[in-house]
Parts: sequence; C-alpha cells; structure tokens
Amino acid sequence: MLSIKNLHVSIDGKEILKGINLEIKAGEVHAIMGPNGAGKSTLAAVLAGRDLYEVTEGEITFQGMNILDMAPEDRAKEGIFLGFQYPIEIPGVSTVNFMKTAVNEHRKHKGLDPLTASDFLKLMRDKKALVEIDSKLTNRSVNEGFSGGEKKKNEIFQMAMLEPKLAILDETDSGLDIDALRVVAKGVNKLKTADNATIIITHYQRLLDYIVPDVVHVLFDGQIVKTAGKELALELEEKGYDWIKEEKGK
Amino acid sequence: MADINTINKDFVDLFEQGKELLENGSSDHMNETREKAIVQFQELGVPTRANENYKYTNLIPAFDHPYNVNLRYMEVDTDLNDIFQCDVPELDTNMVLLTNGWYYGNNKVLTELPKGVIVCGVQEASVKYPEIFNAHYGKYAKPDEDGIVALNTALAKDGLFIYVPKGVVIERPIQVVNLLRSDRDLMATQRNLFVIEENAQVKIIVCDHTLTHHKYLSNSVTEVNVAPNAVFDLYTLQNQHLNSVILNSTFIRQDKHSNVLTTTISLYGGTIRNNHHVLLDGEHCENNTYGMYLMDNKQHVDNFTSIDHAKPNCLSNEHFKGVMDGEATAAFAGRINVRRDAQKTLAYQSNNNLLLSDDAQINSKPQLIIEADDVKCSHGATVGQMDEDALFYLRARGIDEKEARQMLMFAFAHEIIEKIRVEPLKDRIDALVDTRLRGEISKCNTCAIACKN
Repeated sequence: MLSIKNLHVSIDGKEILKGINLEIKAGEVHAIMGPNGAGKSTLAAVLAGRDLYEVTEGEITFQGMNILDMAPEDRAKEGIFLGFQYPIEIPGVSTVNFMKTAVNEHRKHKGLDPLTASDFLKLMRDKKALVEIDSKLTNRSVNEGFSGGEKKKNEIFQMAMLEPKLAILDETDSGLDIDALRVVAKGVNKLKTADNATIIITHYQRLLDYIVPDVVHVLFDGQIVKTAGKELALELEEKGYDWIKEEKGK
Repeated sequence: MADINTINKDFVDLFEQGKELLENGSSDHMNETREKAIVQFQELGVPTRANENYKYTNLIPAFDHPYNVNLRYMEVDTDLNDIFQCDVPELDTNMVLLTNGWYYGNNKVLTELPKGVIVCGVQEASVKYPEIFNAHYGKYAKPDEDGIVALNTALAKDGLFIYVPKGVVIERPIQVVNLLRSDRDLMATQRNLFVIEENAQVKIIVCDHTLTHHKYLSNSVTEVNVAPNAVFDLYTLQNQHLNSVILNSTFIRQDKHSNVLTTTISLYGGTIRNNHHVLLDGEHCENNTYGMYLMDNKQHVDNFTSIDHAKPNCLSNEHFKGVMDGEATAAFAGRINVRRDAQKTLAYQSNNNLLLSDDAQINSKPQLIIEADDVKCSHGATVGQMDEDALFYLRARGIDEKEARQMLMFAFAHEIIEKIRVEPLKDRIDALVDTRLRGEISKCNTCAIACKN
C-alpha cells in the first residue's frame, strides 16, 4: 500500500529525515517509536503533504501513485489520513460544515453524489456513537475550546467519517488520560479492516497495549534503526531509548 | 486639481445662490440650523488629511469633481415600487424608498405600522410634527466638530424621519432602501432623524446602493435618540460601485436602560467613510457597535468611531473586522471616552484584520480616554494573514485549497454576522458575504438584500 524509499527531508536547510525505508501492506498496523526529535512527526507531516518540508531525495508511493507532487487534499481523497498531534482550533467553522464539505469532496472524487442532509446527519450520528464523542462537541466550531482528550477523540471521529485507507496517528496518545486513551484505541480498532492500514506514531508503549501493532519500528536521528514485532515496544518501555543510542553510536 | 479652498468656497457659493431653494419647504427650525451650520462649515471646511481624524482618508479627490446637486425633489420617471420588491422569502419588512437622499414621493403607505408610528420625509416632518422634530433635529450631530457634518446640515433638505411612540414595538423591521439613481454625476445630501421613545422597539435595515454607473458622492447624517428602556437596531449594508464615495455619519444618543445594536457592513464601494458616534447619556445603557468590511481592488474604507460613556454603569461592546485583498486600504479608529463620573463602565473594543495580499493596508488606532477610576476597558487590534496551520488542517481532510481559504475567511467574517438580531437578515448576509469572498460581486448593482432589478 505504502512504500517509502530512501526518503530525505529537510527544513530550512537542516536535514531531518536521512534515508527512510518503509513498506506497509493493507491490513497491517505499524508503530513508529522513537525519542523526541527523531523525526517522527516530520515523517507524518511529509506523508500528508505539508509544504514546510523539502523532500530532497527518495520517493513515496501510495497504491502505486507517486504522491510527492500531490496536494494535501488530493492525498486525503486518495485515502491518506493524518491524525494531528496538535489538532488545530478553527473558530467560526462548524464541525458539521467542515465534515460535510470534506465527506462530499471525498464522494465527488469517487464519482458519487453529495450526501443529502438527512443521510449526512445519520452518518454523523453513527460515527459519533462509534467513537463515543459527545454531540455537544460536533455542534461547536472545530476543536474550539476542546480539551486535549476531546481534540484527539475528534481526530478519530473525523477518521471514522472519512474511512481512510491509510491512517497516520501522530502521537494521538500524548496527553490523554487512560479513559480517553481506551476510547481512542477502541475507535481505531473498530475502524480496522483487512483493506486499510494504520501507522501509529508514539513515544510510549501504553497505546500499543490497546492497539496491537504487527510491526514496530524505531526511528532515531532521521533513520529507522530497528524493526521488529510488538515485543520491541515492551523492550523500549523497559529500557528506554538510550540502548538504541548506544547501539547506534558504536 | 482644485485646491481645498476652492472646493470650500464653491460650497459656500452654492449655499448663498441656492438659499431660496434650500429654505423653501423646510421649517424655520431646519433653516435656522442650516444658517448656523454654514458658518461652521466656513470655519472647518471639508476635512483634509491634516486633520488627525481624517489622516487616512483623503477627501479632496472625492470632492474635486463637478457634481450635480439637487436642491429640490426631482420626480422619478418610473415607479420604484415596481423595481424594488424584496425577494428574500423570510425577510418580511416594511420597506421605504429614498432616492438620491430624498424621501420617495410614491412610497407605498405603510398601513401595517402600529398606531402613532410616523414614517415620512424629514422635510415633511419638520413642518407637520414640529414638536417632535424641533426637540431632536440638530441636537445630536456635531457640525461644530466635522466639516462634512456641517456641510450636510447646511445643505440638508430631506431624508427619512421615523418616530416610534412610547411603548410601541414594531415587530417587522423597517427596511430603508437608499437609491442613487441619476443620469449625471451627483452629490446627494441626506439627513435622517429617528426618534425612539421610552420603552419602544424598532429595527431598521438600511441598504445603500447605486443603480446607475455615474459618479456619486453621498454625504448623509443620521441622528438617533433612544429614550429610556428603548431597544434599537440599525443594520447598514453598503454595496455601491467603485465610482462612489459614501460619507455616512451617525450620531446616537442613548438614555438610561436603553439597548442599541448597530452593524455596518461594507461589502463594496469606492471610498467609504463611516463616522459613528454614540453618547451613553443615562445609566445602565448597553451599546453594541459592530462592523465588517470586505475590500479589494483599490477600495477604501475608514470606520471612525467614538463611544462616549457620560454616565455610570453602562456597557459598550465594539468589534470591527475586515478582510482586505488587492490594493485595498482600510482604517479603523476607535475612541472610547469614559468621563469622570462614569464609574463602573464596561467598555470593550477590538479590531481584527485579515490581509490577503501584500499590497492591502490597514491602519488601526484604538484610543481610550479614561477619566474614571473604577472601570473595565479593553481594546485590541490585530492584523494578520491566513492561518497556514488551519489551512493545512482543512486540506488534510480533502478540502481543496480554494475552498479551505474560503471557509476560513467566512468564519472570520461570521463572528460579526452572528450578532445580527434579525434571523433572515443574518442568513441573507451570510450568503452575500460568502459570494463576496468568492470574489464575485453580488450581481453588480442589485440590492444588497437581493431586490429584483
């Protein structure tokens, strides 16, 4: 589904990603772990198409398409979803209007007619139940005045609405209390099918108790330095990242 | 180009030569006020940029033009009632037409107004209702402080008069349609007087617009007295062509426990100057002064506001927002005056601007003069570009860049629109603003509230 080859990325002339290689197949859950500053969020943003970053080398193909030249909205419509580490507050834009526009853009891309108002509301209702998000939140402006946990739940709600093929969840667990974490994990698990894939970017192993990854990668200093099964996450939790740094330093 | 002295002298000459026409049909009170005003105008003249209050708006090019001036009512060759039929389904209003500053002679009689309510031309009111008229006309405007107000007072012949008696609530808004329609370049002088008596309520919607493509200079002054416990809304929609100059001065006096909301929306126009003066002249008044301007090309808008807290325990909220594109320029000046015994005043002000191009300009100037010591006042001005993080967030959900920008601009403007207290008007303005922000003019010269043309 996703293939990243020798990806080098810079911002303001400083190289952040230094040759990333990653293959993800449909039905898989990959966790990308690593210390702060390793380049995890940069990788997520580059996949979603943020133009602050410059790709200096390498390629990213998603479902056979070279996505590097595609606008963020086109990537989204092809099925890439980024769950933001820091979801943006947008005062004045209602969640309903935002989601209706987004869903209908996706439908247009697939050659489908826009949803009727009642079908759309029904879809909203179903998905809200799925991710246990409060109706009050979707009646407000996007993320405005939401708590950290509410913002993260809202990301999963949007993911449920858009049904992406590849979801990239950037530190969705950071700042979440255990209850919100369970809700978020439950939502992600419910949305998982044999046809989609998930990348979970996290600093800690806790989320991975609830969303069990098939593969765990360690990103360190702009490169993937270790790839193994889910047991790697536990090892990292126990030993921290220092041993990776030492191993890398040798 | 004529210099300012020539322009000023021309107006004084016009006054002297046209005196007979000016005085004809106006009451003595109106004419006495006129005489004083021309003396004031001779002292003040048309304000230039040397005047601190007009630093950002150069009126000389606006005035330096051979306009026609009508000192008497000109018959209209077609029935304007047929041209203007408001087609907003839910916006049920009492409509009144004015043409080039004059009360339209064939206005339909407003039969459904409650008893005692008066809606007519100012000239007619000055003669027919001298008790009401003389008690208020010329009492709130300040021709001694601003040359264009003096000029208006000197040349004023007509405009709209509305009287709402004590305790009367007019439920359907009164919609005032100001038409500029001429076969020659025209300067129009309009003078309005609204008198809202104790415990009365009325909402007035004013739509200014140009029907023909001539160059217009419109200099209007509106005086409003809001008596104790009265509630008054004034919505002004400015939607003219690029060759028009709109000078719009409003003076509102509020008595105790009154509640006023004004929203001034500048959608389109060549040069717009709004002078907005509020005097809170009784305790426990609430005043809400809102404005929005959407400017592109080389359009210019200048909102000059003054909220005067003369009595204790009043609340004022002031918020102006602007979206500026192209080479448009805007200015905002917000003066809040809290007088020495106006204790427990709450006065809030903000001005936020979104600049979409490198060449658009905004000058924002808050000015708080606080002489009381137990008050809460705040002010803030922001000028910024589109929030790139928000833009990316919307795009990352599949919304294309153009639409995402549109959503963000609309959201920015909506904060002002949502304050409107007439639901169908709110929806209509939402739609107009949406169209306007998409770079379309709401159908060249049609009514800002979508009248058939």
